[in-house]
Amino acid sequence: MAPVSTERDLRLDLFRGVALWLIFLDHIPSNAVSWITIRNYGFSDATEIFVFISGYTAAFVYGRAMREHGFIVASARVLKRAWQIYIAHVFLLAIYLAEIAYVANSFDNPLYTEEMGVLDFLKNPDVTILQALLLKFKPVNMDVLPLYILLLAWFPPMLWLLLRAPSIALLSSATLYALMWLFEWNIPAYPTGAWVFNPFAWQLLFVFGAWCALGGAQNLSRWTHSKVVVGLAIAYLVFAFAIAMTWYFPRLAVFVPKFVGDAIYPIDKTNLDVLRIMHFLSLAVITVVFVPRDWPALKSRICWPAVVCGQHSLETFCLGVFLSFAGHFVFTEVSNRVLTHVAVSILGIAIMVAVAAMISWYRQAERRGRGPRPPAAKPGLAGGEA
Amino acid sequence: MKGRLLLLALLMLGCGPAWAEHPAECRVAENLVEPSFHLPRVARALAAKQLAVLVVGAGSSQLPGSNGIKNAYPARLQRALNEKFPGVDVKVTTDVKAKRSAAEMVKALPADLSSAKPALLVWQTGTVDAMLAIDPDLFSQSLDQGINIAHSAGADVVLINSQYSPRTESMIALGRYSEDMRWVALQQEVPLFDRFSIMRLWSELGTFDLYSATKKLDIAEQVHDCIGRLLADLVGLAAKTEEPPVNGSRQ
Repeated sequence: MAPVSTERDLRLDLFRGVALWLIFLDHIPSNAVSWITIRNYGFSDATEIFVFISGYTAAFVYGRAMREHGFIVASARVLKRAWQIYIAHVFLLAIYLAEIAYVANSFDNPLYTEEMGVLDFLKNPDVTILQALLLKFKPVNMDVLPLYILLLAWFPPMLWLLLRAPSIALLSSATLYALMWLFEWNIPAYPTGAWVFNPFAWQLLFVFGAWCALGGAQNLSRWTHSKVVVGLAIAYLVFAFAIAMTWYFPRLAVFVPKFVGDAIYPIDKTNLDVLRIMHFLSLAVITVVFVPRDWPALKSRICWPAVVCGQHSLETFCLGVFLSFAGHFVFTEVSNRVLTHVAVSILGIAIMVAVAAMISWYRQAERRGRGPRPPAAKPGLAGGEA
Repeated sequence: MKGRLLLLALLMLGCGPAWAEHPAECRVAENLVEPSFHLPRVARALAAKQLAVLVVGAGSSQLPGSNGIKNAYPARLQRALNEKFPGVDVKVTTDVKAKRSAAEMVKALPADLSSAKPALLVWQTGTVDAMLAIDPDLFSQSLDQGINIAHSAGADVVLINSQYSPRTESMIALGRYSEDMRWVALQQEVPLFDRFSIMRLWSELGTFDLYSATKKLDIAEQVHDCIGRLLADLVGLAAKTEEPPVNGSRQ
């Protein structure tokens, strides 16, 4: 099955860029601006968008490499990418440890004696750091990259299957998801518990994204544009919105019939609840219908900031995590007024855009300096990376 | 979340002081005290003029220092209930120990309940489970177990969630645990005292400076005093309402 088009779908970059901004906003604890992010209005959040689009772009970029250069070369590239992400994760960990150590040395408050116990792990850094390098100890908000590393490490054989028998590949991914629910599979974490993003569950969205990239989206377009599907999607989004409102206004909770509550709760993020998948799919259907692939605004200046962030997602993501640490630091040390929240949020996004633009400029400059190269050798020519 | 708080702040401008006897600091968060479910056993105990309350909690239910017990919220709850229900013999007993997970507290519950024979169990939990990253499913199961044990021992239950702790927010992933707690409370039809949102509102409006690095106890004591008072409000309201208010009576 051939990819639908050789030109990169800018919608992917746009929405991945927006998802990265939302993840940044959500990762600053108590950020007043985070009320605008989609997790407050339904079941799914920016993580679903990020994982799906990452799967899509991975298939787009490495699928072509695998077709043109074979399994070994493409696999090596995928694994190199996984290694880069691992390095990025370790870098973020170092920043996190610095932040924790600072708080441990400077903060004291009799109201929070219990909460300060979370810093106890600094007492045996040998074990903690080793467990972190093994991806078992993952501090708060640092769960996405380990998931991404694992999904990529396992991607080459899946991509091989996707290129030969896409339906079987998707089916086997869905089977793995079902088995995970049946046998409660997950990977253990340190010191206790399991991975916050269960890879056995989240692989489904990644593979579904990859499947869409390799022609699946075109096969589905008959369905996604049917009035019935669009109507169902809108109805489901309204339902999710209504339920989400009861989280914020507990008095409304009495209007949720007991059987509905019993049926939907808890909405499991760790194991990627079906309700979350349906919410994401509904959002995707609405997006595909209302934002056509050749929408002129995609190339306009208004969309450019998000597009450029989406095209350099790993760098932007890491920067976003770092900036969210920094933003939280500003809230605790400088000012916690709502105006500060707004300023920090806007400034953070501006920095993300500026750095992404700089990387973009640097890549182009480097490419010009080296002269033309065969497009397949450089995934960046597709407009970005996996 | 923030939208909701702003909305609440606006709504508050329009409503008069319902419990004028509380200090203004506590009153700021009154609208977050929502008696979502009825407490029939407490209502009966009040009618019989005898209310025994058992507070089970971990480290955030206590204060350090020689006056810690007197100033922590369980003792403040006792005081507020005494004021609220004159003529009722209110007795608050506690089982509070730091660093206990929900499962550990459930183990201690049968003995606690049989010695205190309360009409109400006030159960503060969630923070330790989040810090230890205990399997959220196990956490939910422990909550269910604890509530069932209390109900079969003849006690109503009010759950208290984690404190809002801005400095450690990026280190303790409370999210999943407070959501699970909310859901268990909904399913079991048990009122949840949303300590987290209340303290966050205080922090946002500048009522209490929860960021300050200090060894002094003054703010901590005020916070516990307000929590005790607001908790008493919740108990009073939930014991009164037969049916949950249908038309939002907040205005």
